[in-house]
Amino acid sequence: MTVKQYKEVLAKPLLEENPITLQILGICSALAVTSNLSVTLVMCVALTSVVSFSNLFISIIRNYIPSSVRIIVQMTIIASLVIVVDELLKAYDYETSKKLSVFVGLIITNCIVMGRAEAFAMKEKPFISFLDGLGNGLGYSIILIAVAVVRELFGAGTLMGYEILPLVSNGGWYPANNLLLLPPSSFILIGLIIWGIRAYKTDQIEPNEYKLSKHATAPDLSKRELNV
Amino acid sequence: MFEHYLSIFITTVFIENIALSVFLGMCTFIAISKKIDAAFGLGVAVIVVCLITVPLNNLIYNSILKEGALAWAGLPEANLEFVGLISYIGVIAAAVQILEMFLDRFVPALYNALGVFLPLITVNCAILGASLFMIEKDLKFGESVVYGLGAGVGWAMAIVVLAGIREKLKYSDIPDGLQGLGVTFLIVGLMSFGFMSFGGISL
Repeated sequence: MTVKQYKEVLAKPLLEENPITLQILGICSALAVTSNLSVTLVMCVALTSVVSFSNLFISIIRNYIPSSVRIIVQMTIIASLVIVVDELLKAYDYETSKKLSVFVGLIITNCIVMGRAEAFAMKEKPFISFLDGLGNGLGYSIILIAVAVVRELFGAGTLMGYEILPLVSNGGWYPANNLLLLPPSSFILIGLIIWGIRAYKTDQIEPNEYKLSKHATAPDLSKRELNV
Repeated sequence: MFEHYLSIFITTVFIENIALSVFLGMCTFIAISKKIDAAFGLGVAVIVVCLITVPLNNLIYNSILKEGALAWAGLPEANLEFVGLISYIGVIAAAVQILEMFLDRFVPALYNALGVFLPLITVNCAILGASLFMIEKDLKFGESVVYGLGAGVGWAMAIVVLAGIREKLKYSDIPDGLQGLGVTFLIVGLMSFGFMSFGGISL
């Protein structure tokens, strides 16, 4: 293992193999917690630490896990880590923990954690698995933070609770776009982010199953011969 | 009494649709909605598993984990809520495993139809999410049965609808970068806006 490989494992999930935009993993929480940047940051830290440490621990015991019960073993490790995070959050930041409601608990079934454990940590050495978890956690965080910045800035005119764009209702000039505060708008934002990334990384484009034929336009009726 | 259950059911299916209003089970929702058949199979599996695990978790919470629930065993001060997450996911994993074996032995036709999807369901956040919301809403046993059924039916309905739209979408001319995943996100966003209109209904 060289330094170059470590860097690659850490950097690849950021854009090239982003868990959300390419691997379709861990989308649920990306949508529900992004209306407010500070809540999003807490969620990102929680997920990144769970995925890195679950990768580390699973990788340490990978040679002792019988493959028939591996899902249960992985679940137990992940669930224990999530309980630790959940209890810590309740102890030190109760307000945010209330806002996140069930979504901290749902890190257990967040497919990023399970997916990385299965695809990477079961095969590789502990340290590099930890880095892989960290990279994927950061890749997830980048998308979440991007969505949260757009939603909070243009939806409420604030960032982390500080006023950036003074709202009309407070005597400023910016009419708030309330649509962005509604959860479904994050789907549309992520869809557009995917479009952006794929315009730059063209190898990620999915091929169309059906090609349009060249003569897709309606036949020219004026030239049709009459069969009388 | 019947009205109360009916209103819980309608609320869970439409107003608080587990896929389109609280966004749970999104990974499978987007990954396995290319074909209506597959989506329908997965939907049925989710309904069955939700219907079993939500009431089961309700029993576990109310009779073991809740503060003071162990009074019968001489431990009136025990509060085991902190092991909640690990027990719910354990129950779900076990229920899925048992259901798989049971179907394999007694209802092979259904087993073959659901086959691939059953193990996937353990990591579907819609199931764990339904259990967690059930705890948060503090439902009684009877209510939790209805809630589990409603959550499953709502999710199944949403994925079948999305699969229908995506089957049609295959024939449309979409910009290259938006093809596949991108346009699916936009469609789900629009569907979800549509479902928000149910929010105005009060039961």
